[in-house]
Amino acid sequence: MSETPKLKVTIDNITVEVPAGTSILNAARLIGGDVTPPAMCYYSKLEGSGGKCRTCLVEVSKGSEKDPRPMPKLVASCRTTVMDGMEVKSITSEKVLDARKGVVEFLLLNHPLDCPVCDQAGECDLQDLSYEHGSAGTRYEFNRRTFDKEDIGDKIQLHMTRCILCYRCVFTAEQLTQRREHGILDRGDKSEISTLLGKSLDNEFIGNVIDVCPVGALTDKTFRFKNRVWFTKAVDAHRDCPTCSGKVRLWMRGDEVYRVTARKDEWNEVEDWICNTCRFDTKEVKDWVIEGPTKVSRQSVISQNHYVNAKKPQNVLPEVIGKDPKLLMDIHRVSDVNRPEIELSKIDGPAHSDDFEKKDK
Amino acid sequence: MKLLLEHADKEGIRYYEAYRKHGGYRSVEKAFKMTPDEIVEEVKKSGLRGRGGAGFPTGMKWSFLAKPEGVPRHLVCNADESEPGTFKDRYLMEFLPHLLIEGLIVSSFALGSHATYIYIRGEYAWIVDILEEAIGEAKANGFLGKNILGSGFDCEIYVQRGAGAYICGEETALIESLEGKRGNPRIKPPFPAVQGVWMRPTVVNNVETLAAVVPIINMGGDEYAKIGVGRSTGTKLISACGNINKPGIYEIDMTQSVEEFIFSDEYCGGIPKGKRLKACIPGGSSVPILPANLLLKTAKGETRTMSYESLADGGFATGTMMGSGGFIVMDEDQCVVRHTMSLAHFYNHESCGQCSPCREGTGWMYKILKNLEYGKGKMSDIDLLWDIQRKIEGNTICPLGDAAAWPVAAAIRHFRDEFEWHVLNPDEAQRRNYGLAHYADPIHVPASA
Repeated sequence: MSETPKLKVTIDNITVEVPAGTSILNAARLIGGDVTPPAMCYYSKLEGSGGKCRTCLVEVSKGSEKDPRPMPKLVASCRTTVMDGMEVKSITSEKVLDARKGVVEFLLLNHPLDCPVCDQAGECDLQDLSYEHGSAGTRYEFNRRTFDKEDIGDKIQLHMTRCILCYRCVFTAEQLTQRREHGILDRGDKSEISTLLGKSLDNEFIGNVIDVCPVGALTDKTFRFKNRVWFTKAVDAHRDCPTCSGKVRLWMRGDEVYRVTARKDEWNEVEDWICNTCRFDTKEVKDWVIEGPTKVSRQSVISQNHYVNAKKPQNVLPEVIGKDPKLLMDIHRVSDVNRPEIELSKIDGPAHSDDFEKKDK
Repeated sequence: MKLLLEHADKEGIRYYEAYRKHGGYRSVEKAFKMTPDEIVEEVKKSGLRGRGGAGFPTGMKWSFLAKPEGVPRHLVCNADESEPGTFKDRYLMEFLPHLLIEGLIVSSFALGSHATYIYIRGEYAWIVDILEEAIGEAKANGFLGKNILGSGFDCEIYVQRGAGAYICGEETALIESLEGKRGNPRIKPPFPAVQGVWMRPTVVNNVETLAAVVPIINMGGDEYAKIGVGRSTGTKLISACGNINKPGIYEIDMTQSVEEFIFSDEYCGGIPKGKRLKACIPGGSSVPILPANLLLKTAKGETRTMSYESLADGGFATGTMMGSGGFIVMDEDQCVVRHTMSLAHFYNHESCGQCSPCREGTGWMYKILKNLEYGKGKMSDIDLLWDIQRKIEGNTICPLGDAAAWPVAAAIRHFRDEFEWHVLNPDEAQRRNYGLAHYADPIHVPASA
């Protein structure tokens, strides 16, 4: 069998060979690094996604060998397929950088910059995008868009004010659950994600909408405000699940499993969709076969304080003085919110000061 | 010269009998003696450009239609006329429904469409009845249905109402809506000529374009191409409105000067109360506004005519576009800032919300313009507006982003001093009760008009 001929595409002066039908974005992903355009709405596992957020715009300075004319406008790299001999400018184009800066500004117009309280902080694609392509300040002086709160079920929290309308969750619900769960209501800047007539999202695989959300619009109610993601350690684990592959990532602190998510690749895309049972209902270490620590990018905030293969320094003090040193202050006795006997992951809902009230007072 | 509106004033022309009496459906009889390729060739020869706004050559568009074996093809008539200032298709459908149906039959035969759709703007509710009645008459007389005139060609025309969204005039959003989905534009490619309605090859043409196929077949492509000037061949319907003595629909052959069109009694009849011309949006609200000096003469000092090329002369710096032919005239009393705000509000309201620059940018522009209009703006807002429109233009999925950006860009480019006036005179700007005063003052129509 003859091999499919490969097409040559040059992105920011780096040439790569790809099969026909590959998008510019995926060709850039083969090169990797800064050349790769950012993507907020494209998701390779979701058919029809992409083209909406416009963060992945690139300049095609040469169409192909056959037709070398440049494309008149910037194009969405996630939805434009490569041609043989195509030349693309991503970070080498002033126009592209200017347009991306503009898109970041537009996305942040109505996205509240409440990263310190948002549950997605540390894992937010928009946060990363704004650091890499945005400006320090905003020129927007008007009130931000607000929405009425909507309850979409006991497992998933919808925070519509943070939504950037990437449509990923809609595609996920449609394609993964074989049933239209929710969609976009209204139009323009009044558009909002909603379920039909206030129904809840309760399909067996619906938890995956949390993983695909690039911002903090859809979060896990069983994890929200229990911990910050960078305080937890990510561990790859699996279990024998009759519904899904059972391959997950556990977010632990000590021996406590705080959160279960699907495993994600370097482009922050889910490798294997997981079922609700794995995600929400199995939060005991004994439920899982631990494979080992997840490799987290050194640059990620999640890697803070996590050192793989690090050796704990030996505490020599007891050997020197012949006994354990006297504890000058036990933080758990003086603080209301540090009670090791309370397992945060098992608290129903977000942790609250009431949960730490000393009953024996 | 009148080709489309030739018999518009004949009694009962809306009905089959009168239409047929005045030579109606001749083109269908002639078309069936030709091959589909010959018809496409005639349309190519005619130089007909799409009358919906973009002005793309119709024959070329038809020749792009993919023809895979065993896969049905479709023709869709875009009757979702929603551009502010444009109301020509409404007239054609309301008073000459058989002209459109005749054009549709010939075009369907040329393109091999056995199921053809008229996607009509929801607000044109009464026209749906008129069209359906006309379709019934055509069918009863053997011009629609099975084996039309014994040619072996079958064709049905279906009328589909939209829900009244401007974005559904964009061909891919129209297709989505026709399929029963939310009217969001699709990302191109694939183009409708390859994957359109239900993923089948589809041609989407405007009402006026399809109606123009009738005289093209009747008189031949070469003869049609002799009318007009340059690449602006044939006749064009212009819907004129605003501060003119004779608002209405005019069929022109695109050789008239803009000055003649505005001031001659044959057309708009000049500006009421002898006021001076300030500006004009010549092709529907999305095309750039031009001040009087650049409207009547090009930057090179040549007389500007009502043709595609002449109106576009000078690019957006000193020119504009023919667009859909929605000719909006403004007299010296009109406030460009207020008009721009009104347009920004429209495009903000009509943005589908799919892509971020359009969804967020149109709202931002409207809010800034509102501040400027009501004397709450800052001088820096003008530059900010310029920057926002620049970041929307060309960066969106469909042309609605451009349509929202161009009016703002042109208004600032040509009328910056007026924006600055609003900033420098906030009290005066706030005191104006312009809207009510404007509508309370009826347009004076001379008895001679």
